[in-house]
Amino acid sequence: MPHVNSLYGPLDPAPDAGYVDPPPRMGFFTDTSVCIGCKACEVACKEWNDVPTSGLDLLGMSYDNTGALTANSWRHVAFVEQPRSAGWATPAFEHEPDGPPISPETAAVGARTGTDTGTDPGLPPGSPAAAARMSGGPEFLGMPGAQPPGRGTGVEQRTDFRWLMMSDVCKHCTHAACLDVCPTGSLFRTEFGTVVVQEDICNGCGYCISACPYGVIDQRKDDGRAWKCTLCYDRLGVGMTPACAKACPTESIQYGALDDLRERAAARVATLHEQGVPDARLYGHDPNDGVGGDGAFFLLLDEPEVYGLPPDPIVTTRDLPAMWKRAGLAALAMAAATALAFLGRQP
Amino acid sequence: MTGATSPEPAGRRESPAGPDQPDGQRRRRAGHGGEQLTVPPADFASYYGRPILKPPVWKHDIAGYLFTGGLAAGSSLIGAGAQLTGRPGLRAVGRWAALGGVAASTYLLVHDLGRPDRFHHMLRVAKLTSPMSIGTWILTAFGPMAGVAAVAELAPLLPRHGPLGLARRVAPTVGNVAGLAAAATAPALATYTGVLLADTAVPAWHDAYPSLPFVFAGSALAAASGVGLIAAPAAQTAPLRKLALAAATIELVGGRRLERLGLTGEPYGHGRSGRLVMAGRALLAVGTATALLSRRSRILSAISGAALVASSVATRFGVFEAGRVSARDPKYTVVPQRERLAQKNEPATRP
Repeated sequence: MPHVNSLYGPLDPAPDAGYVDPPPRMGFFTDTSVCIGCKACEVACKEWNDVPTSGLDLLGMSYDNTGALTANSWRHVAFVEQPRSAGWATPAFEHEPDGPPISPETAAVGARTGTDTGTDPGLPPGSPAAAARMSGGPEFLGMPGAQPPGRGTGVEQRTDFRWLMMSDVCKHCTHAACLDVCPTGSLFRTEFGTVVVQEDICNGCGYCISACPYGVIDQRKDDGRAWKCTLCYDRLGVGMTPACAKACPTESIQYGALDDLRERAAARVATLHEQGVPDARLYGHDPNDGVGGDGAFFLLLDEPEVYGLPPDPIVTTRDLPAMWKRAGLAALAMAAATALAFLGRQP
Repeated sequence: MTGATSPEPAGRRESPAGPDQPDGQRRRRAGHGGEQLTVPPADFASYYGRPILKPPVWKHDIAGYLFTGGLAAGSSLIGAGAQLTGRPGLRAVGRWAALGGVAASTYLLVHDLGRPDRFHHMLRVAKLTSPMSIGTWILTAFGPMAGVAAVAELAPLLPRHGPLGLARRVAPTVGNVAGLAAAATAPALATYTGVLLADTAVPAWHDAYPSLPFVFAGSALAAASGVGLIAAPAAQTAPLRKLALAAATIELVGGRRLERLGLTGEPYGHGRSGRLVMAGRALLAVGTATALLSRRSRILSAISGAALVASSVATRFGVFEAGRVSARDPKYTVVPQRERLAQKNEPATRP
């Protein structure tokens, strides 16, 4: 008998998937407040999981040249520059000149760049209008600029600024839409509560790619199958830490039992608030959110969409019963229409 | 306000923008009609304008399948109706169109896979949470039945005597049973595709879940009526005129909410996807009206049939394209979710 929250709401996913007495649910807590953008996680993940190269291109939008999570990038370090104080007392560039942001036109051009990641849809171009808006707003100074920020404008025009860095990864949702819609059973729930693709089963139907509310899973062009973070299922099985967390030099990526991580994260947010970083907030930690909470959750310093995360994702299968009802009604209408057309008095 | 041209100059900003209200920009779409005014201005933050969602990797195979699958389902129903009301010419057209449609569907579905040689992995499991799995099993039930029903139409070509003569005598009964069995699964085949698209994170598809099955049901009947009007003997097509009218009613009434979804409905009324959807409706209206007027005229019947088939193609490709558009622009992901959050936090005042 399926759990009442099988499609939506708080749930412990491993027992719901049929595991008897599974180990505690494991996950990631990615604390972006200590991320230094070194991308060691990206490299370690590729090394351990034998993920193919994702191209060597400059995207021309920031120090982030990976661009997005793809089938060939299972960790992605986002990079955002903002004309805003980092939250601590000393302005970062007190004695340096600072200045106006790069033009929205330049940001719009940057949004049009794509790169061949060897995956589909991989990293398609973005919306130039949205990028221009981002650059015009307080989120963005336009990296990489040709000059240090503000050279030529003098002290009067100076604004403070900060860098946001965030290592994104598959969220291993409690209610994973990719897993729900997979028609082959290739995607499955592990005993650790994570979500993994079996590459010997996947036939590349692409349904999971449209279903993921975070835009994580992606298709590899040369082999046609869908790929994403496995939370190093092979390492977990022998009690090892996933490669990215192992490689992270600042403990921005923390691996552990999800319950412990949630406690640790709550304490970290409280500390940051005390230290004068009111923007610090958790993302994906809440079992009552639209996906029943993420197995990989984050501490962010700005709104989720600034990092390319959806602000309020909801697992699409929440509405599946209602969808089937509508389809049933439509099917009845179709049968009734045919019956009427053939049975009625003919002109 | 400077209208919808972008990018806009950075300096023009009235309100001090907080993190929730990333900038003070207002964008009004040049829309007309009452619904458009409710579309909220696209104020939102993004990561360098990049899409949040991965746009569907389905190629036009899938849009084509939406059409051929619908055509097969509708034709199968027409074949059964003709069978039960004694219209052999129309019955044959319906059965052959059903077989042609389902054969094309199977090809398109397998061809769209990243690993076509693994198509049979779909048959490993039956999953209620996966509309694609359900659809696979519906097709698996429908396809062979539609095939048997169509092949049974060849019975008159067999010799009257010998073992093949026996087959000739048995074929009509077998064909009738298979035709009815196919028709029994046909409504599911035509409407599950609405759930297939809606059960995704693609904003324009998901939010349209109440409408899509009706649009697809109507479109399937329209396409099948169209093929019947083109190919069946004029004396037997009277039910198809009524069926075309019913199809148009189901599709237009079911689909009238598409553009009223708010922002996520925008691609159904604007751009290339919007033009396809609108063309589909116009062709449906023209095709239905012509069908009702055509009576015994072969030429008018064929014209109306062609319009109905074209309408179905345009609708399917339009809906398909609308989803892709809505997944590519972060606007359709962020703005509705922000609104939802704002509603959730209604009592709390925001800076």
